Amino acid sequence: METRRDVFQAIADPTRRAILSLVALQAMTPGAIAANFDSSRQTISKHIQILSECELLHQTQNGREIYYHLNPQKMKEIDSFIEPFRKMWDERFDKLEAIMKNYKK
Amino acid sequence: MEKKTKIHAEENRQDLIITREFDLPVELLFKAYTEPEIVAQWMGTKVVKLESKKYGAWQFETSDPNGNIVFKANGVIHDFIPNEKIVRTFEMDNSNFAPQLEFLEFEKLSDDTSKLTMQIIYKSIEHRTTQLKLPFAQGLNMAHNRLEEILLNLK
Repeated sequence: METRRDVFQAIADPTRRAILSLVALQAMTPGAIAANFDSSRQTISKHIQILSECELLHQTQNGREIYYHLNPQKMKEIDSFIEPFRKMWDERFDKLEAIMKNYKK
Repeated sequence: MEKKTKIHAEENRQDLIITREFDLPVELLFKAYTEPEIVAQWMGTKVVKLESKKYGAWQFETSDPNGNIVFKANGVIHDFIPNEKIVRTFEMDNSNFAPQLEFLEFEKLSDDTSKLTMQIIYKSIEHRTTQLKLPFAQGLNMAHNRLEEILLNLK
């Protein structure tokens, strides 16, 4: 049961990452996205749905067409998820350096 | 000198690389990894065992301020070349996480500066993601706060 999609699972899939890089360039209709892949339109739809559910894509209606856009805010969140891990090590290493400066070779 | 710690975690891989340059001679940087009482200070953990040699084993235990153990980890040392490298495993006790393999390389940049490159290999891409998110977890934060306390008391 997946009630809430995990954004990291969403980007773990190569097809979904390819979709993200396509719509990063321009907003696209589902048909235009699917045209870039060998997979069935249905499969691509499913991928788009997952990306939408975790807010990596959002849609706008233009007449009869639906366009998918990249949500840059959400992409930024992913980009920064390593930051606490980096900071943890950075602080540890700062301490290491401070401590070792009191030692002589 | 670029002193910030860098994390290089390429997409779709199950390893990551941590690099950091230090204002320390490589001998002192290496020493910080081999002397139990020094490791205890900067890692903010009790060092139960640390046999700094090939085939040696290590064991850490971190407690909360009430003395309850919140984090236990252990591993073995596969390779140990003074001032050059340490290859070791890291495993959290009582957890579902598979052990990870760590390659630590110590590099002399000048007489007073050095660089550490640490490659960590996880069992799967998923495991790496979980580990990257782990600093949010309380146990490690607690260890961290304790470390801050220790250092403040030293001043």
